Amino acid sequence: MTTEPKTTAPLGRVIVITSGKGGVGKTTSAAAISAGLAKQGFKTVVIDFDVGLRNLDMIMGCERRVVFDFINVIQGDAKLKQALIKDKRLDTLSILPTSQTRDKDALTKEGVEQILTELKAEFDYIVCDSPAGIERGAQMAMYFADEAVVVTNPEVSSVRDSDRVLGLLSSQTRRAETEGAEPIKAQVLLTRYDQERVDKGEMMTIEDVLEILAVPLLGVIPESKAVLKASNVGTPVVLDEPSAASRAYEDAVSRLTGTQVEMRIVGERRPGLFQRLFGRAS
Amino acid sequence: MSLFSFIRKPHPAKTAQTAKDRLQILLAHERSSGAAEADYLPMLQRDIVAAIRKHVPIGEQDVEVRIERGDQMSSLEINIELPATVPSKAG
Repeated sequence: MTTEPKTTAPLGRVIVITSGKGGVGKTTSAAAISAGLAKQGFKTVVIDFDVGLRNLDMIMGCERRVVFDFINVIQGDAKLKQALIKDKRLDTLSILPTSQTRDKDALTKEGVEQILTELKAEFDYIVCDSPAGIERGAQMAMYFADEAVVVTNPEVSSVRDSDRVLGLLSSQTRRAETEGAEPIKAQVLLTRYDQERVDKGEMMTIEDVLEILAVPLLGVIPESKAVLKASNVGTPVVLDEPSAASRAYEDAVSRLTGTQVEMRIVGERRPGLFQRLFGRAS
Repeated sequence: MSLFSFIRKPHPAKTAQTAKDRLQILLAHERSSGAAEADYLPMLQRDIVAAIRKHVPIGEQDVEVRIERGDQMSSLEINIELPATVPSKAG
């Protein structure tokens, strides 16, 4: 993990983490990906678009430090600089929490655009954590995106909703509406993947999901106990103790930044006593 | 759990308790203040800026408000950056 000082202009890349379906791991992924990018030295900000149901702050562990929020900035009650919460673990990481009291109508396209423009001048990556569903909050989270990470579980309703979201990404976004613009680069992040169940034929395989969705694969995050443990304590998975899930997220983050990383599917397998006593030389 | 597992796990995982504690603190604040809390901070900041501006020319950006919510008490930290040359006599 190298942290190189940035002297050039920030990349200003907007990445939306979306899925359609709820509970598939959007916020966990947004937290892990933004922390992973920041860990690699990229100036990163993660924004919670789930107005009224603030939760990114808890997953990031900064819930006690929220003063102003995204909506306060949109409505001119606070300056952006005042609403950004600096992460205590990584100085390259900032969090923009959402409002817990307003509703999604407070999100205006102009307001969101203005904030993103301001953030692009300072950050390499702007990670937008979308709410579930396909209504205003989700639309605003994806509208200005350059890239999309579609979080999908190998399960029928999740894959179906992901397909729907992929359709919206290619039609209801600024890149889709701008003639001649490159379309949003959408990739699937398969989460809660259980190799054991796949082997038993109880769960769709990676190939099954990719065949249906027909978009590139960003990564495969195995079902892991580390995810709940990390959320309990408010630590993004990649900043917690190493686990199969944290390694998978780190790989996905590297791919996001353009590094070729071999796709390794690791399960949450507990090492046996023999392995624990004599080390794991595999 | 194997016989020797205690060697590799010196600290028992008690993250569930941490989760419960964090939620209790947060929800206590959210339930008591509800919608009111979110709105008083911007107003408070405006009032502070207005009060200081009566004496010292400062900008909106020069005020930094931080909060740390605890279970027993919460602290509000307000930092005001004054201009390099403060006029010796006000008004």
